[in-house]
Amino acid sequence: MEKLERYEPLVEEFDAFLEACQRTLPSVVRVNTIKATPERAKAALDEEGVGWTDREWSETVLELDTDNPGSTWASYHGWIHGQEEVSAIPAEVLAPEPGERVWDACAAPGSKTTQLSALMDDEGLVVANDNNLGRLSALRFNTERLGVTNTAVTNTDSRNFSLKPFDFSAFDKALVDVPCSCEGTIRKNPTALDDWTMDHVRSVAGVQKGILRRAVQATGEGGTVVYSTCTFAPEENEAVLDYVLDEEDCRLVEFDLGLDSRPGVTEFEGEEYDESVRKAKRFYPHHNDTGGFFCAKLEVEG
Amino acid sequence: MTEQSNDPTDETPTNDGQQFDRLPATAEEREVEGRATRQEVLDWWDQRFEIPPETFEEYTFWEKGKGKIWILHGDISSPLRIEALGMKFLRTRQEHWKPTTNAVQRFGREASKNVVEVTREQARRFVRGEDQELDWDGDWGYLVVSHDLAGDPEPLGVGLYVHGELRSPVPKGRQRDL
Repeated sequence: MEKLERYEPLVEEFDAFLEACQRTLPSVVRVNTIKATPERAKAALDEEGVGWTDREWSETVLELDTDNPGSTWASYHGWIHGQEEVSAIPAEVLAPEPGERVWDACAAPGSKTTQLSALMDDEGLVVANDNNLGRLSALRFNTERLGVTNTAVTNTDSRNFSLKPFDFSAFDKALVDVPCSCEGTIRKNPTALDDWTMDHVRSVAGVQKGILRRAVQATGEGGTVVYSTCTFAPEENEAVLDYVLDEEDCRLVEFDLGLDSRPGVTEFEGEEYDESVRKAKRFYPHHNDTGGFFCAKLEVEG
Repeated sequence: MTEQSNDPTDETPTNDGQQFDRLPATAEEREVEGRATRQEVLDWWDQRFEIPPETFEEYTFWEKGKGKIWILHGDISSPLRIEALGMKFLRTRQEHWKPTTNAVQRFGREASKNVVEVTREQARRFVRGEDQELDWDGDWGYLVVSHDLAGDPEPLGVGLYVHGELRSPVPKGRQRDL
C-alpha cells in the first residue's frame, strides 16, 4: 500500500481510500444483450437461486451474490459475462451506435470489445486489435461465447496500426483502454503493486501516448475517442491527455455517468496539465465500492 | 480447362489459409476448388434445421483455414488478411458438415427441425461433455440440443446423435459442471 501514498495530495478521505483498496471486490457481471435481455438474464439467475442487485448507472451491470458467476446457466449460454464494474465504464462513455466503425485499440481479453458490439446491437464493425497473440485467443473465445459476429480481429502494435487491410479510411469512434500500471486493480489482484516502479510508469506512459495519438489520427473528424486506464498515476492519465492535446487536433469533452467521480487533476508533483483535463473522471475505490479507474472523452477536430 | 491451362497464371486457385475469402454466391461463381458457396451454406442450415435462409440475409460467409466457414454481420472487402472475422460457424469440406457450438447457441433458436429438448439433468451431462443414451426417433447426425431456461427453450449447442446415444462435442473450454 505504501506505493499508493504518493496520491495522498489527490484523494480526499485518504484513509478510507487505502482501506477500500484492501477489501475484495463485489462480484459483478454484465448482461450480454446480444443473447439475452436483462429481464431474461435475471429470470435465469432467479431460477438458479442466484441473487442479483441492479446498478443504477447501467441497466446491464449487475452485482451477484455468488463468488463464481461462471458456474451458472446464464454464463454458460453467454447471457452474462464477469466484468468488473468500472471496466464497463469506457464503452458506455464511447456509446457506439449500430452500423458504426469502431476501433478497440487494446482489445484483449475482450470484455470491452463485446460490450461495444452489444451496444451496437452487433451491427457495424468493431476492429479489435491487440499486440499480444496469446491474449487474442482469449478475446476470440469471449467474442464467440457471447455470440458476437461484428468483429474483425487484428494483431499489431497499435502505435503503428494500419487501416490498409480494410476498405475504409477512418473510424467513427475509438476505445483506447491502454496497458497501464494497474494500480486500480489492487482489490482484484493484491500483488498488483509488487512490481510497481516509477520507471515502469514512465515507460508505459510513452506507449500510452503513442497509442492514443494513433487513435486520434485513425478517427474521422467529429469522431469520438475514449481514453481509459485502471491506474491512479497522473503520468499515465492527465499527462497522456495533455501530450495528445498538444500533438493532435482534438479536445476533451464533458460526459455524464451515474457513478461518483472526481475531475482529472491539473497538477501533480510539480507537473502542470492543461485545464481541460478536468473534464476527465477519476473513479476511486471508496466512492462506489469498485476498482480504481480513469476515463476521458475526446472529440477529434481535424 | 482450355488449351491455355499450361499458363501458370491460369491455374485453379486453392485455399489460402492466411486470409479470409468471401464465399462465392453460387457454384457458377466458384473459383477455389472445394469451397462451399453461400447458397450451399444457406441450404444446409435450411435442410438440416429448417433455419430460414432469410435469417442470414444481413450476414456474409467467409473461408479461412481449409473448410472453416466464418460468419460476419455485414460485409467487408475480400480477401482480408487478419486474425479473425466474426464467428466460426461451420466446418465444411467433409462428408458431414458440422456447425460450431457457438453458432448453434447464437442461431439455433430459429431451428424447427432436428431440435432435441432435454431435461435439466440431461443438459448438465451435455455441458459436462458427457455422452448419454437418448430416446430420439428423428434423424441421426447433428442436432440442436435445447433446454428450457427462464421460460423459453434455449440452445445449449450442437450434439451428435448416433446409435441411440447423444454425444457432446462441447469444446473443453466451454464445458461446465453446473
